[in-house]
Amino acid sequence: MNITALQFLAAATSSEGVDPWILAFSVITVAVTIWMGFRSAKSSKSASDFFVAGRSVSVGWNASAISGEYLSAASFMGVAGMVMSSGYDALWYPVCYACGYLFLLLFIAGPLRRFGAYTIPDFAEGRYDSSVFRKIAVCFVLFIGFFYTMPQMKGAGTTLAYIFQTVDFRDTAFQFMAPTDAMGKLTAGIPYSLGVLVVGAVITLNVALGGMKGITLVQAVQYWIKMFAISAPVFVLMAVFGSYGQNLSLNKSAYDSSPPPAVERTEMPERGHRLVMPEKTAPPDEAWVAPFGPLTSKAAKAAGLSPEETKPYSLLYTFSLIVAIVCGTAGLPHILVRFYTNPDGIAAKRTTMWVMILIGVFYVFPPVFGVLGRNFLPELYTGLSGIKGTDQVVLKLPTLIREKYGILGSILSGITCAGAFAAFMSTFSGLLVSMTSALAHDVYGRMLRPQSSPEQRMKMFKWCAVLVGVVSVGLGSQVEQLDINFMVGQAFAIAAASYFPLLFMSVWWRGMTMMGAATGMLTGGLCALVCVTLTSISDIMAKTAKAAAEASKIAWEPDALNAFWIGHPLLRILAEQPALWAVPLAITLMIVVSKATRKTIPADIRMKMLVLHAPEALGLKQEYIQEQQGPAH
Amino acid sequence: MSDPIHDDSDFIHSEEFLHGLMRRQLKLSIACALAFIILLFGLPLMNYLAPELMAQRVGGFTLTWLILGVLFFPYVWIIARLFITRSIALENAEVQVAAEGNKRQS
Repeated sequence: MNITALQFLAAATSSEGVDPWILAFSVITVAVTIWMGFRSAKSSKSASDFFVAGRSVSVGWNASAISGEYLSAASFMGVAGMVMSSGYDALWYPVCYACGYLFLLLFIAGPLRRFGAYTIPDFAEGRYDSSVFRKIAVCFVLFIGFFYTMPQMKGAGTTLAYIFQTVDFRDTAFQFMAPTDAMGKLTAGIPYSLGVLVVGAVITLNVALGGMKGITLVQAVQYWIKMFAISAPVFVLMAVFGSYGQNLSLNKSAYDSSPPPAVERTEMPERGHRLVMPEKTAPPDEAWVAPFGPLTSKAAKAAGLSPEETKPYSLLYTFSLIVAIVCGTAGLPHILVRFYTNPDGIAAKRTTMWVMILIGVFYVFPPVFGVLGRNFLPELYTGLSGIKGTDQVVLKLPTLIREKYGILGSILSGITCAGAFAAFMSTFSGLLVSMTSALAHDVYGRMLRPQSSPEQRMKMFKWCAVLVGVVSVGLGSQVEQLDINFMVGQAFAIAAASYFPLLFMSVWWRGMTMMGAATGMLTGGLCALVCVTLTSISDIMAKTAKAAAEASKIAWEPDALNAFWIGHPLLRILAEQPALWAVPLAITLMIVVSKATRKTIPADIRMKMLVLHAPEALGLKQEYIQEQQGPAH
Repeated sequence: MSDPIHDDSDFIHSEEFLHGLMRRQLKLSIACALAFIILLFGLPLMNYLAPELMAQRVGGFTLTWLILGVLFFPYVWIIARLFITRSIALENAEVQVAAEGNKRQS
């Protein structure tokens, strides 16, 4: 036992490669997170503390916590990676992630807080007096949640594999742990799934012990860690390699003349120069820097259309992507649950304003990494899209200045690694809390055992956390080949087609019936879910098959599904980005079915609408709750 | 005695008050949303229709990159700021309307 532990340590430390700075920063971030979770576990006792932090979190704390929870691995690593791999089109992601909050602010934040419920399923039940509808709403907390945890797990796997890339298990007792490359040979480093497992276990434990009160504090601190970790390295890197604009100007669009001065990798390139791009795998300048590049034109290109013919397809893709993320932000369950921690509707609005500022400032920085990465780390283009691909650019770019400034490069890389840990840990904890709440509070507390005691529910919360954690790790270990940011975009599309129409229509249209709401949400959400799953699976299949074909030097033969996409680029775009049709479909169904079942509009609808929209100063909510509780029990 | 649902004698529970309330708030929200949507959907359209203009260089950035990557954020903050100031003012006015309406009826 002791001998194996020693051998393990020897294997992990014998190699010269694990950078002590990077390791130290990462370990400190993880340790602080766990310590804070445990510390606050002592102070969170009641069930209400666990679920919504006693509803007494101040605007500043709450805004930092929402931002901390929202800025996931996709924002921290994925956006930079995607800007590097796809260029201009990828900018829509950060912009819509930040600006989607405006929709939340304009239409949903205030009324939802006034209605007063713990979770979205609570709202669904309260608004329509239907416990069946609660069950349907709970399903989507889980669907969206699991889709959203997969990219967080990919972030975890990628970061750990990066930190331990030089660990060598090959000639030790732990040979079974050494990862294999595309050719099936054992290589140095740790397997992607080990990172997923370790991080998943740590966070699950933390949530099971701390609950949400702990998480609010942890999340708020995590925001500031992430903000510092993304901005400080950018300023140092820009001082060394030239400004954002200067580096962008090296990428020539179709309307610029004179190609940029490129140099071979010998030493650190001067400002105003950049490294030579690998021809096959890096997108050419004019496609990268201009709109309608590789990301949005992929399907049409695969179908063999000419550049002029692909442009309308790209425009369509862009619009659908915008709708998915803007509407999806307004329908994310783990974000919405946080609005209930505001003391009142005005505080909910103020919180949203601050969230928009905090995350807006953050999102200016990741694309800078993408631009610098293109100019100075072009070798990432040649990696597979797995853990060696562009998703690593945020972690790796700071190490470039090691050659000139020595230890500063390691420290900066350590800082970005700490930020990455903060990113996937905070988002995963938030998702875990909202999914676990759905299971413990809704499924167990309301459906299975309504008469259970608070102690039983608290115990159940812990077991549900473990269950959700295990499923998340299992799913996360399967998605090594998909882009982090792309996967998050898919989760947004499902939220946009299910919760957004539900919340928007329930708040503003009093003619909605339970049947209408359920039909619209189910149809829209399930259509989006099926389409998105289909495209993700076919992408994984295509990438695996392509890598295998390349290894054995034969041409890639598309399977039936991929062949179908190649033949029907329009369908492929609409399946990959379903929001453009799924959101209107859900809303139309809601209107049509509600009109048909007009008789079932809740009897006290006027009072409900008053509670949603009247200022709290009028004190209508208390009246409503009393009136509700009177006859019901 | 006073059933809050069916009691129309109380002004704040009247159809008239609710209708006005929702209409004013929705109008404000839609006006702000329109300002946002014009830029959100206008920018891809401009990229499509006037690619040369949007590729103009401004301090190294292409015009469209500068708008999307940097300027979009402050624009949205301004809309959000306007909305919050207006909607808080609106709520205060509504509380007053409700108080006056109740006085008139009693």
